[in-house]
Amino acid sequence: MSRIQACFNVLKQANKKALIPYVTVGDPNVEVTLSLLTEMVAKGADIIELGVPFSDPMADGPVIQKACERALRQGVSLEQVLALVARFRQSDASTPIVLMGYLNPIECLGYERFVEQAVAAGVDGVLVVDMPPEEGRQLGELAKASELDMIYLLAPTTSRARMQLICEQASGYVYYVSLKGVTGARTPDATVVAERVSLIKEITDIPVAVGFGVKDGASAVMLSQQADGVVVGSALVSLIEKYVEAQPEPSYQALSEELGALLAGIRLALDTN
Amino acid sequence: MSINQSPDYRQWPDAAGHFGIYGGRFVSETLISALDWLAEAYDELRDDPVFKSHFQQDLQHFVGRPTPLYYAKRLTQVLDGAHIYFKREDLNHTGAHKINNTIGQALLAKHLGKKRVIAETGAGQHGVATATIAARLGLKCQVYMGAEDVQRQSLNVYRMKLLGAEVIPVHSGSKTLKDAMNEALRDWVTEVDTTFYIIGTVAGPHPYPMIVRDFQSVIGLEVKEQFPTLAGQALPDALVACVGGGSNAMGLFYPFLEQEEVALYGVEAGGQGLDTKAHAAPLCRGQVGVLHGNRTYLMTDDHGQIQATDSISAGLDYPGVGPEHAWLKDLGRAQYVSVTDEQALQAFRQVTLTEGIMPALETSHALAYLKELAPSLGAGKHIVVNLSGRGDKDILTVAKLDGIEF
Repeated sequence: MSRIQACFNVLKQANKKALIPYVTVGDPNVEVTLSLLTEMVAKGADIIELGVPFSDPMADGPVIQKACERALRQGVSLEQVLALVARFRQSDASTPIVLMGYLNPIECLGYERFVEQAVAAGVDGVLVVDMPPEEGRQLGELAKASELDMIYLLAPTTSRARMQLICEQASGYVYYVSLKGVTGARTPDATVVAERVSLIKEITDIPVAVGFGVKDGASAVMLSQQADGVVVGSALVSLIEKYVEAQPEPSYQALSEELGALLAGIRLALDTN
Repeated sequence: MSINQSPDYRQWPDAAGHFGIYGGRFVSETLISALDWLAEAYDELRDDPVFKSHFQQDLQHFVGRPTPLYYAKRLTQVLDGAHIYFKREDLNHTGAHKINNTIGQALLAKHLGKKRVIAETGAGQHGVATATIAARLGLKCQVYMGAEDVQRQSLNVYRMKLLGAEVIPVHSGSKTLKDAMNEALRDWVTEVDTTFYIIGTVAGPHPYPMIVRDFQSVIGLEVKEQFPTLAGQALPDALVACVGGGSNAMGLFYPFLEQEEVALYGVEAGGQGLDTKAHAAPLCRGQVGVLHGNRTYLMTDDHGQIQATDSISAGLDYPGVGPEHAWLKDLGRAQYVSVTDEQALQAFRQVTLTEGIMPALETSHALAYLKELAPSLGAGKHIVVNLSGRGDKDILTVAKLDGIEF
């Protein structure tokens, strides 16, 4: 059983929802990212999505675009992302790590090398935003053979027939994109989201995480009504941006505390509702 | 691919949009259903007599087609080699080949009931062509344009505004065409219910490369008809076109793909030279990757990040290229070469002076390659070059190089 499956099983037994924070690796630098990972786990993160910086993040809003630009200014590559995961694994053997990003850096490294190195580093799942399942068979087969979970997106525009196709190829969890738009855009309609998630759950037993539009405890509770977990991304990255741009000098200790407090608040809201 | 048996070019792309390993549909899940609808609508309409006649009517009465095939007698003499003909896409309404495609796609948008169209633009020609047809059809139009290109092409920006379009400068990334395309995709993913995205070149997710190719292939079809009476032989020996995303080249080449005796040359932007990093020639010096919805040749660094490109011509300043070109390159059916900014500028001046035709800087790349190709093919051979656009929009750029400020 993969670490992701095990994680959802434990949560299910405890009747809890997964809290899945997202940060872009190397924003503002790799050391800060590493310390934030530890803090996020301490404050209740169940799974962590690590953004792999890309020069042309077409599905992301301005917040994550800027995070990518900051990370790329540090020269952060996919290899460095994998090295970071390996370092994280030295102190945390249980928290699942999912890489989220775009296909070209993986193409460039080569699918086989990528899968091999990702597994060796301790990565548990991969979500490639611009790779729908039709284009993901080759990577999917390699990942499956190495017990690396392939996480796919489902959108408000995805037909029922496609949902089935996607869920057949997905493992670990599926990520329901709660609105038509880019990351960090606006707050979606919770009722509509609940209906769509219920529909997905009719089709598959794979856990469903909801993302896009989760920014605090209240929105996390609202959007996760029928789901097994929530992803919170742009809200955290905005916070990082605020500290990075702070004058005269950013305090990453204070960033870590505020980010931890935000996550702890979401954790509490999820657990008490 | 076996040497003796040429592939059936008409069979491509396959149902999933692949040209060999290239093309495909690499977008986030939200856009898949919109691409499915577009593919279905196009499949239904491409052979529909009413749609076809509407398209033909517009090409004839609004664009001014057919465009002439013109024998460039003085240039032929000066270059002292093969006969040179220009396919005069510069004479189209709005001054370039771009309008052929925007009309086709705008008609599709109307058919799908979309009231708003968006476009990305580099040099501004595709933006102008989109704004033009949007004005005529009464569609709301927003055009994304890299902030740097907004500066370089201020005349076209104003043209689009006069036509009622809103030009949205894009400040992210390298602030050029690729970033405009990112932003247009972000817009589309958000407004997918109401909006039709009019892509300007033979790139992007399936079915766009196919649709744009089909709409642009009117160029090559007309050449096929016009050439024999002008030249006294059935087929030209070579076709030449500039390649950024590759729509004017694809439009010229496509109807000739099966005639293997017709050599095809695509000319990329060599910028300051292929041995510098300052160029935009992914077919000559790129590697295979995925960007903007398709697998193709790209300008990337060793880690898969898309690299900044450099060209004097905004319309060629793009790190990718249409997937069908990538496939034709690998098959060896077309040759892809490059010329530098400097060579393109020389050709711009030479053609203006010898033929009284001022070409766009994009087109000047194709013309610059004639200096090598015409003598090497030799007298008695015939070359058709796609004169894809006129140079009015570039006058300020060239004047600036001459030290003249208006």
